[in-house]
Amino acid sequence: MQTFDNASCGAIVLSMAERIVENRAYLSEIDGKIGDGDHGVNMAKGFGMAAERLKGKNAPLAESLDTLGTVLMTEIGGSMGPLYGVMFTEFAETIQGVEKIDAAAYSKMLHAGLSGIQSIGSAKVGDKTLLDTFVPAVEAFDKATAEGKSFGEALEVLVTAAEAGRDSTIDLVAKIGRASRLGERSLGVLDAGATSCAIILKELSEGARTRLV
Amino acid sequence: MQRFINDPDLVVEDTVKGFVKAHSDIVRLAENPRVVVAREAPFAGKVGVVTGGGSGHEPAFIGYTGRNMLDAVAVGELFSSPTAKSFHDAIREANGGKGVVVLYGNYAGDNMNVKMATKLAAKDGIEVATVVANDDVCSAPIEEREKRRGVAGEIFMWKIGGAKAATGASLEEVRAAAQKAIDNCRSIGVGLGPCTLPAVGHPNFKIEPGTMEVGIGHHGEPGVRVETLKTAEEVARDMVKIVLDDHDLPEGTEVAVLVSGLGATPLNELYILNDTIESEISARGLKIRKTWIGNYFTSLEMVGATLTVMALDDDLKTLLDVETRCTIIL
Repeated sequence: MQTFDNASCGAIVLSMAERIVENRAYLSEIDGKIGDGDHGVNMAKGFGMAAERLKGKNAPLAESLDTLGTVLMTEIGGSMGPLYGVMFTEFAETIQGVEKIDAAAYSKMLHAGLSGIQSIGSAKVGDKTLLDTFVPAVEAFDKATAEGKSFGEALEVLVTAAEAGRDSTIDLVAKIGRASRLGERSLGVLDAGATSCAIILKELSEGARTRLV
Repeated sequence: MQRFINDPDLVVEDTVKGFVKAHSDIVRLAENPRVVVAREAPFAGKVGVVTGGGSGHEPAFIGYTGRNMLDAVAVGELFSSPTAKSFHDAIREANGGKGVVVLYGNYAGDNMNVKMATKLAAKDGIEVATVVANDDVCSAPIEEREKRRGVAGEIFMWKIGGAKAATGASLEEVRAAAQKAIDNCRSIGVGLGPCTLPAVGHPNFKIEPGTMEVGIGHHGEPGVRVETLKTAEEVARDMVKIVLDDHDLPEGTEVAVLVSGLGATPLNELYILNDTIESEISARGLKIRKTWIGNYFTSLEMVGATLTVMALDDDLKTLLDVETRCTIIL
């Protein structure tokens, strides 16, 4: 059975932070079309701060996710601070003490993050939010493992589903958050949160997949 | 556009520092530098009154900190909700042992962060009540009033909530007074030009020359309709109509009126608008008790104005007359 190692995989969070910082301008540009254009700025600030604290520490994945979640929750406000903050701290809590993470533990972690988000936000799938990336990605992962695919294959399926979910937001009317005030005028553009969520899930899952033993 | 800033990423920090230096007779900074507190707060035996929101709306929110107004304010990034931690710290700073009321706008981030802060405060044994402002008429139809965002009507909500708390009222009484204030408020914004977050560097929405956005939000949320720019008289008439058509007020009702610039509109244009606003409100048989005109709730350098009308009853009149001491005289 394929697993990856909690203790040695904290670097996944560092590369996730790198991707977010790289995409600072892109995420803000998308956000600017239907929001106020600061998504990339705030995300890069939070992920950058967390990376600074983690650099050179070789912290385990659980601890790294906890640091990231705590920074987002306590130092980055807006909507994304609490939403991603809760998601990462829930991820961390679920895998805390799990030495070898297998597909079942990974799924459990994703579900805990998702419930965390749903406990503070009120969005549903189809509302043009990060859930449009997250929910189908988790569902695809679970379906793949249920069908007997390996952990590695299921992670690939997850990434594809996350990106398809992200792209689905182009054709959605925003139902929640600042963009919802636009009604039909929010059609035709990606949701910034769905886009950053796809980056996060891809980095996490690719990072895990390339470290499977 | 040219700006007086140092580092675009430190705009909020620098703003708060300069603000506290200017007004140290009225406010102080909490240990958390994202929380501004009335100098003598907390007041033992008084319900604490807290708000918070994104920066860039100065003098809102920090400018309304002070005696008989807000006890503590959580400060967010530009146009971005304060953290749950800052709301929580503001609640603690305001807590005089009689509970704390958080009076805030209806934005996704604020809703989440206040919810989390309320849970954290409960662990400290602080009872928290909340009122969510939803005075912006164009942000959702009246049947979905709970979806409407809070705009300049929040100032009346703070004024009434703060004044009620100053009478020694209970948490529930303060909450109810603030709720009544915002229930009695209706607002509309009209935008003529966009604004730019310094760290983003370009306007976050467009208003074509010769046009205006009717129903614009405080962060440039587009309005309900884009129209050809009209005369001040026509714009003011539309603003009054939108606000009052949403609010079925019996003839003879007394009202308070607030006309606020959005940041880059000169004061004289607000007076030009008010010339018609006053006539139109009076023509509907309503009686204006008091009018405030100025930059009370801005949106960086957005060009435009908002109109807020609050219907008054005897309780609200009494509370509106309570003297306040904050950096903005109300």
